[in-house]
Amino acid sequence: MLSVSDLSFSYDTKQALKDVSFRAEPGRFTALLGPNGAGKSTLFALLTRLFTTRDGQIEIAGHDLAKAPREALAVMGVVFQQPTLDLELTIRQNLSYFAALHGLSGKDAAMRIDAALDRLDIRARAGEKARSLNGGHRRRTELARALIHQPKVLLCDEPTVGLDAQARAAITAHVHDLAEDGLTVLWATHLTDEVRESDDVLLLHQGVLRASGTARDLTGAQALNDWFLEQTGTPV
Amino acid sequence: MTRRFPAFKAIVLREVLRFIHQRERFLAALVRPLIWLLVFAAGFRAALGLSIIPPYQTYITYETYIVPGLCGMILLFNGMQTSLSLVYDREMGSMRLLLTAPQPRWFLLFSKLCGATFIGILQCYAFLIIARLFGVEHPLLGHLTVLPALILAGLMLGALGLAISSFIKQLENFAGVMNFVIFPMFFLSSALYPLWKMQESSETLYWICRLNPFTHAVELIRFALHVSLSPWALLWTVLAGAAFTVLALWGYDPARGMIRKRR
Repeated sequence: MLSVSDLSFSYDTKQALKDVSFRAEPGRFTALLGPNGAGKSTLFALLTRLFTTRDGQIEIAGHDLAKAPREALAVMGVVFQQPTLDLELTIRQNLSYFAALHGLSGKDAAMRIDAALDRLDIRARAGEKARSLNGGHRRRTELARALIHQPKVLLCDEPTVGLDAQARAAITAHVHDLAEDGLTVLWATHLTDEVRESDDVLLLHQGVLRASGTARDLTGAQALNDWFLEQTGTPV
Repeated sequence: MTRRFPAFKAIVLREVLRFIHQRERFLAALVRPLIWLLVFAAGFRAALGLSIIPPYQTYITYETYIVPGLCGMILLFNGMQTSLSLVYDREMGSMRLLLTAPQPRWFLLFSKLCGATFIGILQCYAFLIIARLFGVEHPLLGHLTVLPALILAGLMLGALGLAISSFIKQLENFAGVMNFVIFPMFFLSSALYPLWKMQESSETLYWICRLNPFTHAVELIRFALHVSLSPWALLWTVLAGAAFTVLALWGYDPARGMIRKRR
């Protein structure tokens, strides 16, 4: 489970997040919905401890991120918005590098890497350089990588940016499957078609959490996209 | 606790692989000091008379004098290259991957530093071998005793690069570092001329050179290459290395947020 309480953060004078509290439950796909500039990336930077704040608390699967950062990071998988593959390395080398960062090596790492590649159906291309992959496959590789150490919580920061419709749908569906298998998923996006009716939704706007609940409960009879536009008053 | 050795090995290996993939960088790293050695030194040997100063016990050629300085130059450029690649990593996102690994941040940065230093030392040895082929010789044993000096100098200059990278906001600002760090450090040191020569022309410049940690890194290498030790140079290099390391750790402290500054 991922739990955030009373989280606030400022860049010098500009307040980026204000008293944000929520929980993302195991087995649920929790969509963090917000227009550009809502504070999603700031929240992700705090969740991944790229920077820290004194205001508020973050717990990852029972580990307090401020008090036990390494234990918390060890159970977290992250797909960043920015591409983070080393394009000069092969897919397998990229995954091995990541596994080693998590202290995994030898046969154990190799088995986990094979399993992750199989899950995302990219094992046949493991020997290819990351540079030769298209955007969709690069994302798949990054997702496979984020799962190698069998995290309990998966954070995805707008992972479909720049992908075509087909690749976007495939990645979104796959992560929904992962949530159904018991993973806690937090998925930041500003694209409402990536969210299913039964998903949990957190609406972040101007650094404040405006609404939370299942998409169905929040929107009522309205389409999610219309509801989102109405709530944020911005074009999607 | 997450095991650290695989992480250390992987980070160092990645630096090496990256270096191998950048053949131009290796070539530039070798050509640069060789030009100084073979062209600059040839022109200046007549202009600069050298007296016998420690660690030398006899008259030496100017080429022999500048070899340690050029080793220092390799390490200095290598340190700055590391800095550049760190800023690049940050812009490209792979820094995020590194810093979110479940390892202490100092350990991740130290591993990076070791990887960079290792590459710098390889370049120094390649340069020393080529210099030898051109007849610029040092005691054979010196090639072994210089190793600890190269490690210390490399770590110190790498830590400087690391510290600088945490304060550079964008890749575009990097040219400024070249002008304001590499050139003053190199020319205001004992790399190209003994400090007594500098003292003859300006007492102020002499003292700046004396305080420059790069001078002490070069002297440490010079003495070690002649199988002796300069305790003063050793002390300065270690102290400067420690100071730069502390500065780098502070620069990368998540509470300060090197990414926070450049949203």
